Amino acid sequence: MDSNKFDYLLRQGDNALILSQQLSQLCGKGPALEEDMALTNVALDLLGQTRMWLSYAGEIEGKGRDEDRLAYLRDTRELRNVLLVEQPNGDYAQTMARQFFFDTWHYFLMRGLVDSSDVRIAGIAEKSIKEITYHLRRSGDLVVRLGDGTETSHRKMQAAIDELWTHTGEMFAYDAVDQAMVEQGVAPAADALRAAFLSHVAEVLEEATLKMPSPDAFMQRGGKQGRHSERLGYILAEMQFLQRAYPGAEW
Amino acid sequence: MAVAAPAYTPEQVWTWLAGVPDPEIPVISVVDLGIVRAVAIDDAGGECVVTITPTYSGCPAMQVIAEDVEQALRAHGVGKLRIVTRLSPAWTTDWMSEAGKAALKGYGIAPPVQQVIDISGLTHGVKRHAIRAPEVACPHCGSARTRLTSQFGSTPCKALYQCLDCREPFDYFKCH
Repeated sequence: MDSNKFDYLLRQGDNALILSQQLSQLCGKGPALEEDMALTNVALDLLGQTRMWLSYAGEIEGKGRDEDRLAYLRDTRELRNVLLVEQPNGDYAQTMARQFFFDTWHYFLMRGLVDSSDVRIAGIAEKSIKEITYHLRRSGDLVVRLGDGTETSHRKMQAAIDELWTHTGEMFAYDAVDQAMVEQGVAPAADALRAAFLSHVAEVLEEATLKMPSPDAFMQRGGKQGRHSERLGYILAEMQFLQRAYPGAEW
Repeated sequence: MAVAAPAYTPEQVWTWLAGVPDPEIPVISVVDLGIVRAVAIDDAGGECVVTITPTYSGCPAMQVIAEDVEQALRAHGVGKLRIVTRLSPAWTTDWMSEAGKAALKGYGIAPPVQQVIDISGLTHGVKRHAIRAPEVACPHCGSARTRLTSQFGSTPCKALYQCLDCREPFDYFKCH
């Protein structure tokens, strides 16, 4: 088994899984009907992508774990998502700031993965990027509307950007797993990815009349290695309850 | 036991599949939607292999579509059948037939107007706000004066629009 590739695939799958779960919790609670539908549409896209990543991870691992077992029967320390996606939904500015940062990185990462030396990964990226393009257009639009909106929405949007900024460095802090993937031609290098991320974020924040925090600010990390915030435990408790209480339950 | 050659051709299978409706938009068939990518019949074994592709990766209709395809072909006497799901090349609205687009419009869903979604539209100096929502004609009154209400509609493949003349809201099948 290529344990680096297994880990890398878990990271992709877990990012989509946890964000999808968090967005699903907003179902029926969106600030407007259109937003409610958009949140759940994005959650559904991410869940579909989760399935593609985790089923491939299970095949690479070769121990007979399918995507359901990987999603529902791993505990917090085994999850590989970045800390950004486990941040609370908060107010709508926080939900959208988290989404905008994630979508921007996700978009540029998939653009890189489309050229992956692993054709299966390239295929998943090719499928996902069309969906992510819509995600990013929407979250960018909303950051602009809220940032360049009323005095209150501007203040809340700026606070959310500042609050979440510390979680936007982990994706570009490559460890041995990421580095092995770059060397195999599977994943894109961090530097160009980070430059594209910062440039798009700067463009949108400027249009939104928001201040961009310093790219050199202190950045939290650890999620990719399984060191998570307490919050992830609560997310998993709800998400995994059914399979833990009734193992093997099906629709 | 000798295997009898199948009594049907791929062309016939395509015709049969053209009678399988999409579960969420029943006025359009899975063939018109571009979900069926290939039909092959293995000469030696007589096995019919149908290749399908998801519209969106999270499309909840995919399993139902596979079941509907199987049921339809079994009803036409296809014994040995295998349904394969393929991701790449990724599904695009360019694969939707003209007949399918006309059927969507008649059903009250504006069909996709552009070519495949431009994924490069956010980089390389293309300013984000230069990307305009596509101009979509109202499927009810035909007016070109419409506005995008939301990028996301009742299913992932649709956006929400409203007509500024007849005031009706409507679904737009997004380019993908």
